[in-house]
Amino acid sequence: MSLDVEQIRWIAHLARLELADDEIDGLARDLNAIVSYMDQLQQLNTDGIEPLAHPLDVKNVFREDVPASSLAVDEALASAPDRRGNYFGVPAVLD
Amino acid sequence: MAMMDTSAAEIRQLFVGGQASAREITHSCLEVIRQRDGNIKAFLHVDEAGALDQARLVDEKRARGEALGQLAGVPVALKDVLCVRGQPTTCGSKILASFTPPYDAHVVARLRQADAILVGKTNMDEFAMGSSTENSAYHTTRNPWDLERTPGGSSGGSAAAVAAGEVPLAIGSDTGGSIRQPAGLCGIVGMKPSYGRVSRFGLIAYGSSLDQIGPFARNIADAALLLACVAGHDARDSTSVERAVPAYAQMSEQPLRPLTIGVPREFFGAGLDGEVEKAVRAALEVYQGLGATIRDVSLPHTRFAVAAYYLVATAEASSNLARYDGGHFGRRATMFDNLIDMYCRSRGEGFGAEVKRRIMLGTHVLSSGYRDAYYVKALKVRRLIKQDFDEVFNNCDVIIGPTSPTPAFKLGEKVGDPLAMYLSDVYTISANLAGLPGISIPCGFTGSGLPIGLQILAAPFEEQKLLQVARMFERETDWHDRRPG
Repeated sequence: MSLDVEQIRWIAHLARLELADDEIDGLARDLNAIVSYMDQLQQLNTDGIEPLAHPLDVKNVFREDVPASSLAVDEALASAPDRRGNYFGVPAVLD
Repeated sequence: MAMMDTSAAEIRQLFVGGQASAREITHSCLEVIRQRDGNIKAFLHVDEAGALDQARLVDEKRARGEALGQLAGVPVALKDVLCVRGQPTTCGSKILASFTPPYDAHVVARLRQADAILVGKTNMDEFAMGSSTENSAYHTTRNPWDLERTPGGSSGGSAAAVAAGEVPLAIGSDTGGSIRQPAGLCGIVGMKPSYGRVSRFGLIAYGSSLDQIGPFARNIADAALLLACVAGHDARDSTSVERAVPAYAQMSEQPLRPLTIGVPREFFGAGLDGEVEKAVRAALEVYQGLGATIRDVSLPHTRFAVAAYYLVATAEASSNLARYDGGHFGRRATMFDNLIDMYCRSRGEGFGAEVKRRIMLGTHVLSSGYRDAYYVKALKVRRLIKQDFDEVFNNCDVIIGPTSPTPAFKLGEKVGDPLAMYLSDVYTISANLAGLPGISIPCGFTGSGLPIGLQILAAPFEEQKLLQVARMFERETDWHDRRPG
Protein backbone atom coordinates (compact mmCIF):
# COMPACT_ATOMS: atom_id res chain seq x y z
CA MET A 1 0.00 0.00 0.00
CA SER A 2 1.61 3.23 -1.04
CA LEU A 3 1.79 6.53 0.78
CA ASP A 4 0.83 9.63 -1.16
CA VAL A 5 1.99 13.19 -0.58
CA GLU A 6 -1.08 14.01 1.51
CA GLN A 7 -0.37 11.09 3.85
CA ILE A 8 3.27 12.16 4.14
CA ARG A 9 2.07 15.63 5.17
CA TRP A 10 -0.26 14.08 7.75
CA ILE A 11 2.54 11.95 9.26
CA ALA A 12 4.81 15.02 9.37
CA HIS A 13 2.05 16.87 11.22
CA LEU A 14 1.73 14.04 13.76
CA ALA A 15 5.53 14.03 14.17
CA ARG A 16 5.68 17.85 14.50
CA LEU A 17 8.18 18.09 11.65
CA GLU A 18 8.25 20.96 9.20
CA LEU A 19 9.29 19.64 5.81
CA ALA A 20 10.13 21.47 2.59
CA ASP A 21 8.33 20.36 -0.57
CA ASP A 22 11.42 18.61 -1.96
CA GLU A 23 11.83 16.75 1.34
CA ILE A 24 8.24 15.54 1.09
CA ASP A 25 8.85 14.19 -2.40
CA GLY A 26 12.02 12.43 -1.26
CA LEU A 27 10.30 10.96 1.79
CA ALA A 28 7.37 9.71 -0.30
CA ARG A 29 9.84 7.84 -2.48
CA ASP A 30 11.99 6.49 0.39
CA LEU A 31 9.15 5.54 2.73
CA ASN A 32 7.28 3.72 -0.02
CA ALA A 33 10.37 1.64 -0.82
CA ILE A 34 10.95 0.91 2.88
CA VAL A 35 7.31 0.16 3.72
CA SER A 36 6.97 -2.20 0.76
CA TYR A 37 10.04 -4.05 2.08
CA MET A 38 8.39 -4.19 5.53
CA ASP A 39 5.26 -5.63 3.94
CA GLN A 40 7.01 -9.00 3.60
CA LEU A 41 6.16 -9.54 7.29
CA GLN A 42 2.55 -9.96 6.22
CA GLN A 43 3.53 -13.29 4.60
CA LEU A 44 4.27 -14.72 8.01
CA ASN A 45 1.45 -16.25 10.01
CA THR A 46 1.76 -14.93 13.57
CA ASP A 47 -1.64 -16.02 14.88
CA GLY A 48 -1.43 -16.84 18.58
CA ILE A 49 2.08 -15.35 18.99
CA GLU A 50 2.40 -12.91 21.89
CA PRO A 51 4.09 -9.62 20.97
CA LEU A 52 7.55 -9.20 22.54
CA ALA A 53 8.06 -5.54 23.40
CA HIS A 54 11.15 -6.02 25.50
CA PRO A 55 13.90 -8.64 25.77
CA LEU A 56 13.91 -8.79 29.58
CA ASP A 57 11.14 -10.18 31.70
CA VAL A 58 11.12 -7.28 34.15
CA LYS A 59 8.14 -5.24 35.16
CA ASN A 60 7.19 -2.71 37.79
CA VAL A 61 10.63 -2.08 39.22
CA PHE A 62 10.05 -0.14 42.42
CA ARG A 63 12.43 1.72 44.64
CA GLU A 64 12.15 3.38 48.02
CA ASP A 65 10.95 6.98 47.88
CA VAL A 66 14.03 8.60 49.39
CA PRO A 67 14.45 12.39 49.30
CA ALA A 68 17.65 13.46 47.53
CA SER A 69 19.09 16.68 46.19
CA SER A 70 18.12 17.66 42.65
CA LEU A 71 19.75 19.89 40.04
CA ALA A 72 20.28 23.51 40.97
CA VAL A 73 18.10 25.93 39.02
CA ASP A 74 21.05 27.42 37.14
CA GLU A 75 22.24 23.99 36.05
CA ALA A 76 18.79 22.90 34.95
CA LEU A 77 18.34 26.08 32.91
CA ALA A 78 21.87 26.26 31.51
CA SER A 79 20.90 24.87 28.08
CA ALA A 80 17.50 26.59 27.89
CA PRO A 81 16.94 28.32 24.53
CA ASP A 82 14.97 31.09 26.26
CA ARG A 83 15.54 31.46 29.98
CA ARG A 84 13.18 33.86 31.72
CA GLY A 85 14.14 34.23 35.33
CA ASN A 86 13.82 30.79 36.85
CA TYR A 87 11.61 29.50 34.05
CA PHE A 88 11.80 28.12 30.52
CA GLY A 89 10.30 30.68 28.15
CA VAL A 90 7.92 29.35 25.47
CA PRO A 91 5.23 30.97 23.30
CA ALA A 92 1.75 31.15 24.82
CA VAL A 93 0.04 27.77 24.82
CA LEU A 94 -3.46 29.31 24.76
CA ASP A 95 -4.40 32.42 22.81
CA MET B 1 56.44 7.04 25.05
CA ALA B 2 54.94 5.30 22.01
CA MET B 3 51.34 4.70 22.94
CA MET B 4 49.93 3.55 19.66
CA ASP B 5 50.58 -0.15 20.11
CA THR B 6 50.36 -0.33 23.87
CA SER B 7 47.34 -2.13 25.30
CA ALA B 8 45.17 -0.63 28.02
CA ALA B 9 46.37 -3.28 30.47
CA GLU B 10 50.01 -2.41 29.70
CA ILE B 11 49.38 1.32 30.03
CA ARG B 12 47.83 0.76 33.45
CA GLN B 13 50.83 -1.35 34.47
CA LEU B 14 53.26 1.36 33.30
CA PHE B 15 51.34 3.91 35.32
CA VAL B 16 50.82 1.84 38.46
CA GLY B 17 54.44 0.64 38.34
CA GLY B 18 55.70 4.21 38.18
CA GLN B 19 57.28 4.00 34.69
CA ALA B 20 54.97 6.68 33.31
CA SER B 21 52.82 9.42 34.78
CA ALA B 22 49.21 9.88 33.75
CA ARG B 23 50.28 13.29 32.46
CA GLU B 24 52.90 11.75 30.15
CA ILE B 25 50.45 9.12 28.94
CA THR B 26 47.78 11.75 28.28
CA HIS B 27 50.20 14.06 26.45
CA SER B 28 51.32 11.18 24.29
CA CYS B 29 47.72 10.24 23.50
CA LEU B 30 46.77 13.83 22.66
CA GLU B 31 49.84 14.09 20.42
CA VAL B 32 48.84 10.98 18.44
CA ILE B 33 45.31 12.39 18.06
CA ARG B 34 46.82 15.66 16.75
CA GLN B 35 48.99 13.78 14.26
CA ARG B 36 46.41 11.33 12.97
CA ASP B 37 42.95 12.67 13.47
CA GLY B 38 43.27 15.28 10.73
CA ASN B 39 42.94 12.40 8.25
CA ILE B 40 40.69 10.05 10.23
CA LYS B 41 38.36 12.63 11.82
CA ALA B 42 37.25 10.22 14.52
CA PHE B 43 36.69 12.92 17.14
CA LEU B 44 34.04 15.60 17.41
CA HIS B 45 35.62 17.22 20.49
CA VAL B 46 38.98 16.57 22.08
CA ASP B 47 38.90 17.67 25.71
CA GLU B 48 42.58 18.44 26.25
CA ALA B 49 42.06 20.54 29.38
CA GLY B 50 39.69 18.04 31.01
CA ALA B 51 41.96 15.10 30.18
CA LEU B 52 45.03 16.83 31.62
CA ASP B 53 43.09 17.83 34.75
CA GLN B 54 42.01 14.24 35.26
CA ALA B 55 45.60 13.07 34.66
CA ARG B 56 46.84 15.44 37.35
CA LEU B 57 44.25 14.11 39.83
CA VAL B 58 45.22 10.51 39.06
CA ASP B 59 48.93 11.33 39.41
CA GLU B 60 48.24 12.95 42.78
CA LYS B 61 46.30 9.89 43.86
CA ARG B 62 49.28 7.70 43.00
CA ALA B 63 51.65 10.06 44.81
CA ARG B 64 49.51 9.78 47.96
CA GLY B 65 49.72 6.00 47.75
CA GLU B 66 45.96 5.55 47.34
CA ALA B 67 44.38 2.53 45.67
CA LEU B 68 44.25 3.03 41.91
CA GLY B 69 41.29 2.15 39.69
CA GLN B 70 41.02 -0.56 37.07
CA LEU B 71 41.75 1.91 34.28
CA ALA B 72 44.18 4.16 36.13
CA GLY B 73 45.92 6.42 33.64
CA VAL B 74 44.30 4.81 30.59
CA PRO B 75 42.89 7.17 27.91
CA VAL B 76 39.33 6.35 26.86
CA ALA B 77 37.24 7.98 24.10
CA LEU B 78 33.46 8.25 24.37
CA LYS B 79 30.90 8.12 21.62
CA ASP B 80 29.12 11.48 21.61
CA VAL B 81 25.86 9.75 22.55
CA LEU B 82 26.88 9.80 26.24
CA CYS B 83 26.23 12.75 28.50
CA VAL B 84 29.33 14.23 30.09
CA ARG B 85 28.76 16.97 32.61
CA GLY B 86 29.81 20.35 31.23
CA GLN B 87 31.10 18.93 27.93
CA PRO B 88 29.50 19.36 24.51
CA THR B 89 27.24 16.37 23.84
CA THR B 90 25.79 16.59 20.35
CA CYS B 91 24.80 13.01 19.46
CA GLY B 92 26.04 13.93 15.97
CA SER B 93 23.08 16.31 15.56
CA LYS B 94 22.71 20.02 14.92
CA ILE B 95 19.71 20.05 17.23
CA LEU B 96 22.07 19.44 20.18
CA ALA B 97 24.89 21.69 18.91
CA SER B 98 24.71 23.92 21.97
CA PHE B 99 23.78 21.31 24.59
CA THR B 100 26.01 20.72 27.60
CA PRO B 101 24.54 18.14 30.00
CA PRO B 102 24.33 19.00 33.69
CA TYR B 103 25.20 15.41 34.69
CA ASP B 104 27.41 12.43 33.79
CA ALA B 105 26.05 9.25 32.25
CA HIS B 106 26.38 6.22 34.53
CA VAL B 107 29.22 4.74 32.45
CA VAL B 108 31.04 8.08 32.51
CA ALA B 109 30.82 8.17 36.31
CA ARG B 110 32.09 4.58 36.42
CA LEU B 111 35.05 5.46 34.17
CA ARG B 112 35.95 8.41 36.38
CA GLN B 113 35.82 6.12 39.44
CA ALA B 114 38.13 3.72 37.59
CA ASP B 115 40.63 6.62 37.16
CA ALA B 116 40.39 6.55 33.37
CA ILE B 117 41.39 9.63 31.36
CA LEU B 118 38.44 10.80 29.23
CA VAL B 119 40.04 12.38 26.16
CA GLY B 120 36.99 13.37 24.14
CA LYS B 121 33.85 12.60 22.22
CA THR B 122 33.80 10.64 18.98
CA ASN B 123 31.82 11.06 15.80
CA MET B 124 28.68 9.07 15.07
CA ASP B 125 25.66 8.90 12.83
CA GLU B 126 23.11 11.47 14.03
CA PHE B 127 21.23 9.97 17.01
CA ALA B 128 23.05 6.67 16.26
CA MET B 129 20.94 6.20 13.13
CA GLY B 130 23.14 4.82 10.42
CA SER B 131 25.72 2.22 9.49
CA SER B 132 28.51 4.40 8.08
CA THR B 133 28.86 7.54 10.29
CA GLU B 134 28.02 9.54 7.16
CA ASN B 135 24.81 10.72 8.84
CA SER B 136 26.81 12.85 11.29
CA ALA B 137 25.77 16.49 11.01
CA TYR B 138 29.42 17.49 11.52
CA HIS B 139 31.85 15.55 9.36
CA THR B 140 32.65 12.20 7.79
CA THR B 141 34.96 9.80 9.61
CA ARG B 142 37.33 7.68 7.53
CA ASN B 143 38.37 4.07 7.89
CA PRO B 144 42.04 3.96 8.99
CA TRP B 145 42.63 1.00 6.64
CA ASP B 146 41.43 2.92 3.57
CA LEU B 147 40.57 6.60 3.83
CA GLU B 148 38.13 6.31 0.92
CA ARG B 149 35.98 3.91 2.91
CA THR B 150 33.57 4.06 5.83
CA PRO B 151 34.61 2.99 9.33
CA GLY B 152 31.06 1.65 9.70
CA GLY B 153 28.51 3.06 12.07
CA SER B 154 26.92 4.32 14.01
CA SER B 155 29.89 4.23 16.45
CA GLY B 156 32.33 4.83 13.57
CA GLY B 157 34.33 7.50 15.39
CA SER B 158 35.04 5.28 18.40
CA ALA B 159 36.03 2.34 16.18
CA ALA B 160 38.27 4.46 13.95
CA ALA B 161 39.98 6.12 16.94
CA VAL B 162 40.91 2.72 18.40
CA ALA B 163 41.91 1.20 15.05
CA ALA B 164 44.11 4.22 14.24
CA GLY B 165 45.93 3.90 17.57
CA GLU B 166 44.64 7.25 18.83
CA VAL B 167 43.25 5.64 22.01
CA PRO B 168 43.50 2.10 23.40
CA LEU B 169 39.84 2.01 24.43
CA ALA B 170 36.56 3.59 23.46
CA ILE B 171 32.91 3.31 24.39
CA GLY B 172 30.16 2.85 21.82
CA SER B 173 26.48 2.03 21.75
CA ASP B 174 24.79 -0.74 19.79
CA THR B 175 21.11 -0.63 18.82
CA GLY B 176 21.31 -2.85 15.73
CA GLY B 177 25.03 -3.54 15.35
CA SER B 178 26.51 -0.09 15.93
CA ILE B 179 29.44 -1.48 17.96
CA ARG B 180 30.00 -4.82 16.24
CA GLN B 181 29.75 -3.63 12.63
CA PRO B 182 32.30 -0.76 12.90
CA ALA B 183 34.60 -3.01 14.97
CA GLY B 184 34.44 -5.57 12.15
CA LEU B 185 35.04 -2.99 9.41
CA CYS B 186 37.95 -1.43 11.33
CA GLY B 187 39.66 -4.69 12.36
CA ILE B 188 39.26 -4.35 16.13
CA VAL B 189 37.29 -5.92 18.98
CA GLY B 190 33.81 -4.55 19.71
CA MET B 191 31.30 -5.99 22.11
CA LYS B 192 27.58 -5.48 22.69
CA PRO B 193 26.67 -6.78 26.14
CA SER B 194 23.32 -8.40 26.93
CA TYR B 195 20.41 -5.99 27.15
CA GLY B 196 20.32 -4.91 30.79
CA ARG B 197 24.01 -5.56 31.53
CA VAL B 198 25.09 -1.89 31.40
CA SER B 199 23.03 1.04 32.66
CA ARG B 200 21.72 3.31 29.93
CA PHE B 201 21.36 6.28 32.31
CA GLY B 202 22.79 9.28 30.44
CA LEU B 203 22.84 7.48 27.09
CA ILE B 204 20.85 9.55 24.62
CA ALA B 205 18.02 7.17 23.74
CA TYR B 206 17.34 5.83 20.25
CA GLY B 207 15.52 2.47 20.59
CA SER B 208 15.12 1.92 24.31
CA SER B 209 14.37 -1.81 24.15
CA LEU B 210 17.43 -2.36 21.90
CA ASP B 211 20.17 0.10 23.00
CA GLN B 212 23.21 -1.19 24.91
CA ILE B 213 26.56 0.39 25.72
CA GLY B 214 29.78 -1.55 25.15
CA PRO B 215 33.55 -1.48 24.68
CA PHE B 216 35.94 -1.14 21.73
CA ALA B 217 39.53 -2.34 22.14
CA ARG B 218 42.42 -3.79 20.13
CA ASN B 219 42.36 -7.07 22.02
CA ILE B 220 39.86 -9.12 23.97
CA ALA B 221 41.46 -8.71 27.39
CA ASP B 222 41.19 -4.92 27.08
CA ALA B 223 37.56 -5.17 25.99
CA ALA B 224 36.87 -7.36 29.03
CA LEU B 225 38.62 -4.85 31.29
CA LEU B 226 36.48 -1.99 29.99
CA LEU B 227 33.28 -4.03 30.22
CA ALA B 228 34.11 -4.96 33.82
CA CYS B 229 34.36 -1.25 34.67
CA VAL B 230 30.97 -0.26 33.27
CA ALA B 231 28.74 -3.32 33.83
CA GLY B 232 26.30 -3.72 36.68
CA HIS B 233 23.06 -2.52 38.17
CA ASP B 234 22.20 1.16 38.48
CA ALA B 235 18.98 2.24 40.18
CA ARG B 236 18.61 5.06 37.64
CA ASP B 237 18.00 2.58 34.80
CA SER B 238 15.27 0.15 35.81
CA THR B 239 16.17 -2.11 32.87
CA SER B 240 19.71 -2.62 34.18
CA VAL B 241 19.47 -5.97 35.90
CA GLU B 242 20.36 -6.79 39.48
CA ARG B 243 22.69 -9.66 38.70
CA ALA B 244 26.20 -10.13 40.02
CA VAL B 245 28.86 -8.96 37.55
CA PRO B 246 31.31 -11.80 36.87
CA ALA B 247 35.03 -10.95 36.93
CA TYR B 248 35.23 -10.36 33.18
CA ALA B 249 38.81 -9.13 33.37
CA GLN B 250 39.98 -12.42 34.95
CA MET B 251 39.38 -14.18 31.68
CA SER B 252 40.14 -17.82 31.21
CA GLU B 253 43.06 -18.57 28.90
CA GLN B 254 41.87 -22.14 28.59
CA PRO B 255 39.91 -23.19 25.52
CA LEU B 256 36.30 -23.94 26.39
CA ARG B 257 35.76 -27.71 26.29
CA PRO B 258 33.42 -29.13 25.31
CA LEU B 259 32.38 -26.37 22.92
CA THR B 260 29.55 -26.62 20.42
CA ILE B 261 29.34 -23.83 17.85
CA GLY B 262 26.12 -23.26 15.96
CA VAL B 263 26.60 -21.96 12.43
CA PRO B 264 23.30 -20.58 11.11
CA ARG B 265 22.91 -21.41 7.42
CA GLU B 266 20.89 -18.18 7.00
CA PHE B 267 24.09 -16.18 7.69
CA PHE B 268 25.77 -17.62 4.59
CA GLY B 269 23.21 -16.87 1.90
CA ALA B 270 22.96 -14.46 -1.01
CA GLY B 271 24.67 -11.11 -0.46
CA LEU B 272 27.61 -12.50 1.53
CA ASP B 273 30.95 -11.45 0.04
CA GLY B 274 33.12 -14.41 -1.02
CA GLU B 275 36.25 -13.24 0.80
CA VAL B 276 34.27 -12.64 4.01
CA GLU B 277 32.77 -16.13 3.80
CA LYS B 278 36.20 -17.68 3.23
CA ALA B 279 37.68 -15.95 6.29
CA VAL B 280 34.74 -16.98 8.49
CA ARG B 281 34.95 -20.61 7.30
CA ALA B 282 38.69 -20.58 8.01
CA ALA B 283 37.97 -19.28 11.53
CA LEU B 284 35.56 -22.17 12.10
CA GLU B 285 38.39 -24.54 11.12
CA VAL B 286 40.57 -22.94 13.77
CA TYR B 287 37.87 -23.71 16.33
CA GLN B 288 37.58 -27.26 15.03
CA GLY B 289 41.31 -27.62 15.49
CA LEU B 290 40.79 -26.63 19.15
CA GLY B 291 38.29 -29.44 19.63
CA ALA B 292 35.04 -27.57 19.00
CA THR B 293 32.04 -29.28 17.45
CA ILE B 294 30.58 -27.31 14.56
CA ARG B 295 26.86 -27.71 14.12
CA ASP B 296 24.79 -26.56 11.16
CA VAL B 297 21.78 -24.76 12.65
CA SER B 298 18.84 -22.71 11.43
CA LEU B 299 17.43 -19.38 12.54
CA PRO B 300 14.42 -19.60 10.24
CA HIS B 301 13.06 -16.08 10.83
CA THR B 302 16.34 -14.32 9.98
CA ARG B 303 14.97 -13.11 6.66
CA PHE B 304 12.32 -11.11 8.51
CA ALA B 305 14.75 -9.57 11.00
CA VAL B 306 15.65 -6.39 9.10
CA ALA B 307 11.99 -5.54 8.55
CA ALA B 308 11.01 -6.30 12.16
CA TYR B 309 14.01 -4.40 13.51
CA TYR B 310 13.44 -1.21 11.51
CA LEU B 311 9.76 -1.18 12.54
CA VAL B 312 10.57 -1.57 16.25
CA ALA B 313 13.57 0.76 16.22
CA THR B 314 11.87 3.57 14.33
CA ALA B 315 8.70 3.30 16.42
CA GLU B 316 10.75 3.67 19.60
CA ALA B 317 12.84 6.44 18.02
CA SER B 318 9.81 8.50 17.00
CA SER B 319 8.71 8.47 20.62
CA ASN B 320 12.17 9.05 22.13
CA LEU B 321 12.97 11.94 19.81
CA ALA B 322 9.71 13.75 20.60
CA ARG B 323 11.63 15.41 23.45
CA TYR B 324 13.64 17.55 21.00
CA ASP B 325 11.09 20.29 20.55
CA GLY B 326 13.08 23.46 21.14
CA GLY B 327 11.48 23.92 24.57
CA HIS B 328 13.94 23.06 27.32
CA PHE B 329 17.30 22.48 25.66
CA GLY B 330 18.82 22.16 22.23
CA ARG B 331 18.12 24.21 19.15
CA ARG B 332 15.04 26.43 18.91
CA ALA B 333 14.05 27.96 15.58
CA THR B 334 14.34 31.75 15.54
CA MET B 335 11.16 32.41 13.55
CA PHE B 336 7.81 30.85 14.40
CA ASP B 337 4.14 31.81 14.76
CA ASN B 338 3.05 29.81 17.82
CA LEU B 339 4.00 26.90 20.07
CA ILE B 340 3.23 24.09 17.58
CA ASP B 341 5.03 26.01 14.87
CA MET B 342 8.02 26.37 17.19
CA TYR B 343 8.13 22.59 17.60
CA CYS B 344 7.75 21.91 13.87
CA ARG B 345 10.35 24.44 12.76
CA SER B 346 12.89 23.62 15.47
CA ARG B 347 12.69 19.94 14.55
CA GLY B 348 12.59 20.57 10.80
CA GLU B 349 15.73 22.73 11.01
CA GLY B 350 17.54 20.66 13.62
CA PHE B 351 17.24 17.08 12.35
CA GLY B 352 19.07 15.61 9.36
CA ALA B 353 17.54 13.56 6.54
CA GLU B 354 17.95 10.06 8.03
CA VAL B 355 16.60 11.09 11.42
CA LYS B 356 13.56 12.66 9.75
CA ARG B 357 13.08 9.51 7.69
CA ARG B 358 13.09 7.31 10.79
CA ILE B 359 10.84 9.62 12.81
CA MET B 360 8.40 9.62 9.89
CA LEU B 361 8.51 5.85 9.51
CA GLY B 362 8.13 5.30 13.25
CA THR B 363 5.25 7.78 13.49
CA HIS B 364 3.52 6.09 10.56
CA VAL B 365 3.80 2.56 11.95
CA LEU B 366 2.44 3.67 15.32
CA SER B 367 -0.37 5.77 13.88
CA SER B 368 -4.03 4.92 14.05
CA GLY B 369 -4.95 2.21 11.55
CA TYR B 370 -1.36 1.02 11.01
CA ARG B 371 -0.18 0.08 14.50
CA ASP B 372 -1.43 -3.54 14.45
CA ALA B 373 -0.34 -4.19 10.89
CA TYR B 374 3.19 -2.93 11.43
CA TYR B 375 4.34 -2.31 14.98
CA VAL B 376 2.47 -5.13 16.73
CA LYS B 377 3.22 -7.48 13.85
CA ALA B 378 6.93 -6.67 14.22
CA LEU B 379 6.77 -7.44 17.95
CA LYS B 380 5.28 -10.86 17.18
CA VAL B 381 8.06 -11.54 14.69
CA ARG B 382 10.49 -10.37 17.36
CA ARG B 383 9.25 -13.15 19.64
CA LEU B 384 9.71 -15.71 16.86
CA ILE B 385 13.28 -14.47 16.31
CA LYS B 386 14.03 -14.77 20.02
CA GLN B 387 12.54 -18.30 20.09
CA ASP B 388 14.82 -19.28 17.19
CA PHE B 389 17.84 -18.29 19.28
CA ASP B 390 16.51 -19.98 22.44
CA GLU B 391 16.20 -23.20 20.51
CA VAL B 392 19.74 -23.04 19.11
CA PHE B 393 21.22 -22.22 22.53
CA ASN B 394 19.60 -25.38 23.94
CA ASN B 395 22.19 -27.33 21.97
CA CYS B 396 25.00 -24.85 21.26
CA ASP B 397 27.27 -22.72 23.44
CA VAL B 398 27.68 -19.94 20.93
CA ILE B 399 26.66 -18.94 17.41
CA ILE B 400 29.35 -17.88 14.96
CA GLY B 401 29.10 -16.14 11.60
CA PRO B 402 30.22 -13.01 9.77
CA THR B 403 29.68 -9.63 11.45
CA SER B 404 28.77 -7.94 8.16
CA PRO B 405 28.05 -9.24 4.67
CA THR B 406 30.85 -7.18 3.09
CA PRO B 407 34.05 -5.43 4.12
CA ALA B 408 34.02 -1.63 4.52
CA PHE B 409 32.15 -0.01 1.64
CA LYS B 410 33.16 3.23 -0.04
CA LEU B 411 32.04 6.54 1.41
CA GLY B 412 29.01 7.73 -0.54
CA GLU B 413 28.23 4.27 -1.89
CA LYS B 414 24.97 3.74 0.01
CA VAL B 415 24.03 7.28 1.04
CA GLY B 416 21.31 7.60 -1.62
CA ASP B 417 19.73 4.23 -0.86
CA PRO B 418 18.52 3.94 2.76
CA LEU B 419 17.19 0.41 2.30
CA ALA B 420 20.58 -0.86 1.05
CA MET B 421 22.16 0.72 4.14
CA TYR B 422 19.61 -1.02 6.41
CA LEU B 423 20.34 -4.38 4.77
CA SER B 424 24.04 -4.10 5.68
CA ASP B 425 22.95 -4.75 9.31
CA VAL B 426 21.42 -8.11 8.47
CA TYR B 427 23.62 -10.27 10.77
CA THR B 428 23.81 -7.95 13.76
CA ILE B 429 20.25 -6.74 14.37
CA SER B 430 18.73 -10.03 15.54
CA ALA B 431 20.91 -9.97 18.67
CA ASN B 432 19.37 -6.62 19.67
CA LEU B 433 15.84 -7.88 19.08
CA ALA B 434 16.59 -10.88 21.33
CA GLY B 435 18.77 -9.01 23.87
CA LEU B 436 21.81 -11.25 23.31
CA PRO B 437 25.46 -10.39 23.92
CA GLY B 438 27.66 -10.36 20.82
CA ILE B 439 31.24 -9.61 19.92
CA SER B 440 33.09 -8.90 16.69
CA ILE B 441 36.75 -9.92 16.52
CA PRO B 442 39.24 -9.65 13.63
CA CYS B 443 39.39 -12.86 11.56
CA GLY B 444 41.23 -11.92 8.39
CA PHE B 445 41.69 -9.45 5.57
CA THR B 446 40.53 -9.17 2.00
CA GLY B 447 43.02 -9.29 -0.88
CA SER B 448 42.94 -5.48 -0.92
CA GLY B 449 43.77 -5.30 2.79
CA LEU B 450 40.39 -4.58 4.39
CA PRO B 451 39.63 -6.18 7.76
CA ILE B 452 36.99 -8.89 8.17
CA GLY B 453 35.01 -9.36 11.40
CA LEU B 454 33.87 -12.61 13.01
CA GLN B 455 30.70 -12.31 15.06
CA ILE B 456 30.13 -14.54 18.08
CA LEU B 457 26.77 -14.51 19.87
CA ALA B 458 25.83 -16.14 23.18
CA ALA B 459 22.72 -16.59 25.30
CA PRO B 460 21.73 -13.61 27.50
CA PHE B 461 24.23 -12.84 30.29
CA GLU B 462 26.84 -15.30 29.02
CA GLU B 463 29.42 -12.59 28.36
CA GLN B 464 32.09 -14.64 30.11
CA LYS B 465 31.63 -17.57 27.78
CA LEU B 466 31.63 -15.17 24.83
CA LEU B 467 34.95 -13.67 25.92
CA GLN B 468 36.49 -17.08 26.54
CA VAL B 469 35.46 -18.36 23.12
CA ALA B 470 36.72 -15.16 21.46
CA ARG B 471 40.04 -15.44 23.32
CA MET B 472 40.55 -19.03 22.09
CA PHE B 473 40.65 -17.72 18.52
CA GLU B 474 42.76 -14.68 19.35
CA ARG B 475 45.46 -16.88 20.95
CA GLU B 476 45.74 -18.94 17.78
CA THR B 477 45.85 -16.08 15.27
CA ASP B 478 47.57 -12.73 14.78
CA TRP B 479 44.91 -10.78 12.87
CA HIS B 480 44.44 -8.47 15.86
CA ASP B 481 48.14 -7.51 15.77
CA ARG B 482 47.93 -5.93 12.33
CA ARG B 483 47.79 -2.15 12.18
CA PRO B 484 46.74 0.16 9.37
CA GLY B 485 49.65 1.67 7.42
